[in-house]
Amino acid sequence: MADKVLMKGNEAIAEAAIIAGCRHYFGYPITPQTEIAAYMAKRMPKIGGVFLQAESEIAAINMVYGVSSTGKRVMTSSSSPGISLKGEGLSYLAGADLPALVINVQRGGPGLGGIQPSQSDYFQATKGGAHGDFHMIVLAPASVQEMAELTVKGFELADKYRMTSMILADGTMGQMMEPVSLDIPVEKSIEKPWAVTGTKMQRKHNIINSLFLKPEILEKTNYDRYQRYETIKQNEVRYEDYLMEDAEICIVAFGIAARVSKNAINEARKKGIKAGMIRPITLWPFPEKQIAKAAEKAKTFISVELSMGQMIEDIKLAVNGKADVTLCNRTGGMIPSPEQVLAAIEAAAEKGGNN
Amino acid sequence: MVVFDKPHALSDVPFHYCPGCTHGIIHRLVAEVIDELGIEGRTIGIAPVGCSVMAYDYFNCDMIEAAHGRAPAVATGVKRSDPENIVFTYQGDGDLASIGMAETVHSAARNENITIIFINNAIYGMTGGQMAPTSLPGQVTQTSPYGRDVNLCGYPIKVCEMLSQLDGPEYIERVAVNNVKNIKNAKKAIKKAFENQVNGKGFSFVEVISSCPTNWGLTPEKALKWIDEKMIPYYPLGVYKDRSAQK
Amino acid sequence: MKTTQYLIAGFGGQGILFAGKFLAYKGLIDGANVSWLPSYGPEMRGGTASCSVIISDIPVGSPIVSKPDVLIAMNLPSLDRYEDSVVPGGTIYVDSTLIDRKVKRADVNVFYIPATQMASDNNIPTLANMIIMGKVLKENGEFDDKEAVDAALKKVISARHIDMLETNLSAMILGKNYKEN
Repeated sequence: MADKVLMKGNEAIAEAAIIAGCRHYFGYPITPQTEIAAYMAKRMPKIGGVFLQAESEIAAINMVYGVSSTGKRVMTSSSSPGISLKGEGLSYLAGADLPALVINVQRGGPGLGGIQPSQSDYFQATKGGAHGDFHMIVLAPASVQEMAELTVKGFELADKYRMTSMILADGTMGQMMEPVSLDIPVEKSIEKPWAVTGTKMQRKHNIINSLFLKPEILEKTNYDRYQRYETIKQNEVRYEDYLMEDAEICIVAFGIAARVSKNAINEARKKGIKAGMIRPITLWPFPEKQIAKAAEKAKTFISVELSMGQMIEDIKLAVNGKADVTLCNRTGGMIPSPEQVLAAIEAAAEKGGNN
Repeated sequence: MVVFDKPHALSDVPFHYCPGCTHGIIHRLVAEVIDELGIEGRTIGIAPVGCSVMAYDYFNCDMIEAAHGRAPAVATGVKRSDPENIVFTYQGDGDLASIGMAETVHSAARNENITIIFINNAIYGMTGGQMAPTSLPGQVTQTSPYGRDVNLCGYPIKVCEMLSQLDGPEYIERVAVNNVKNIKNAKKAIKKAFENQVNGKGFSFVEVISSCPTNWGLTPEKALKWIDEKMIPYYPLGVYKDRSAQK
Repeated sequence: MKTTQYLIAGFGGQGILFAGKFLAYKGLIDGANVSWLPSYGPEMRGGTASCSVIISDIPVGSPIVSKPDVLIAMNLPSLDRYEDSVVPGGTIYVDSTLIDRKVKRADVNVFYIPATQMASDNNIPTLANMIIMGKVLKENGEFDDKEAVDAALKKVISARHIDMLETNLSAMILGKNYKEN
């Protein structure tokens, strides 16, 4: 444990970004993610990097667009209302096939909502996030260690597939401290011949652009992009199985909801209930095959969410009618308790017993 | 013998601009300056949303197409990524003075070492002639069919006057391209705005009063006269700020 | 298998989060799994502050402490709010300077420490939190390994304030040596 330090999730993200080679950060203060900006403000000047507090989230994401156009690793961070403002930029990044890392430390919504933890930006994150046909790679850490590791991974995937990676965390993950090891391997950065670095009068000019006025061409770029998405679905799904070998009741939960659920599953097991969990680490691509496979054995799936029930739609699609899918949730900044999840498991077990 | 030729910094792609539109002149002035300063290989241009949206095809340097109004923020990112590169934005009045006002003001306040070429033709061209933030009082447009009523939709924004109140910017000048003399002055201003950046002086901004015969409903010739008679009296030409000259 | 869930609560400015960080670092140095989760709100000073600390020899599940094994109450609203949530057989530490009532529960261990008064008497008015920490560690039997206590303090006191190390330690010793009448 000697090599581990206690860090807030937000700070772990910031330091991991630096480890991943990110030297440009643009942000705008918003609770509960402001520690990321504060950390970057302190660190970046000392390592020759750039920290800039933008005039708005819109400006910040467009500064990201600018740096990404030059081929360098760059990130911004915000919380739910701020991410809505960044939506425009997310769509343009997708349209111009630019890599970037965007952090969303979610809080309750809609509107100004609250500042307590939430997972109610699931739809926004996994179904695109703004106008047009596109996806982001969405990573959902459930520990401070994962906050750090998935930040590095997020940069790597973004570069590899020329798209935005989003860390979809929540206020708990951002604010909590846990021991973290920052000894994280980083893949070599990828050549970016498309970047605008100046022609040096030695090549034709590069153009970063998301405008395609001819519909046949725009259609083709969208098809090409979705072909890349298929590769991602094949290769990049990440998830954690917890006590799934004999599970009859399968919880699906990510982030803080997965941690609460683990406590509940342990209690259920003590009572002889065969409960387990699939914890998606990538929310897009969603572990649909793994859930479909689990549905061959499990009788009930419980989606534990800090929202009115958003991920449950993806679970239902994956389960495809083979098992019951129920919701165990809190919203508005409230967090389900282990007791609430245990009660949902017990209710499912009782119902399963009657079959 | 002087042979008329295209500046190297302009590509061979034919402009899509309407007959009599002065975008072509301004493109050429920017390209001539890039040639004269020998900076094409390290210049990155940011195109706006508006009539000049496809400027990324017309310049031979590396180009980025930005979201509507966000060019100064994108330029900030590009410049901060490699301060050795020369970064310019080319933006219209809707892009710069309406939807992108925050990005404009804050890049000026930060004295970002970038060059902004601001095309003010008092109308939205690409979408077909709607009211711009710079449309004149009483000006008839598609969205001010009875003339711009200042009680209803406010007054035109004088961007040079406004930005020159900030401590940040290095250089702010308004020019026009409606006659040979003005075009020569415009070229000088644009050159200075790029030279300032090369010399690390900071935010340099040139507003170019431009014409839109199509959406003004005038012939190209009358449109140039309209600049003299209507635009310039409201938007006086001249240097609004020049920090180097003040010293 | 041992897991201890701490809930520390009081006013903002009483060093609630700091005391929690100390506990978490102590756990980390002892080789345990730990988590620290603060309450966060719009108030910077003077509002209520609390933090959840979990020290466990198995990986920590939920970092939210809703049924503490140990409650450290540094003001009356905190005791009022959290007294009933303590597990039967758990422990409550009370800053008896600021809390003038007794704990109602009969099924928990209670320690009353006039920490704010002691801090004031000893000219360390900001360290009531660490006086109570000293008592907590003593009751846990953790004060026997003074090196670990030192190491945890060093971790939690930023380099900028390292001159405060001895003062913090002396506050903890005050708490450790405190005997209830």
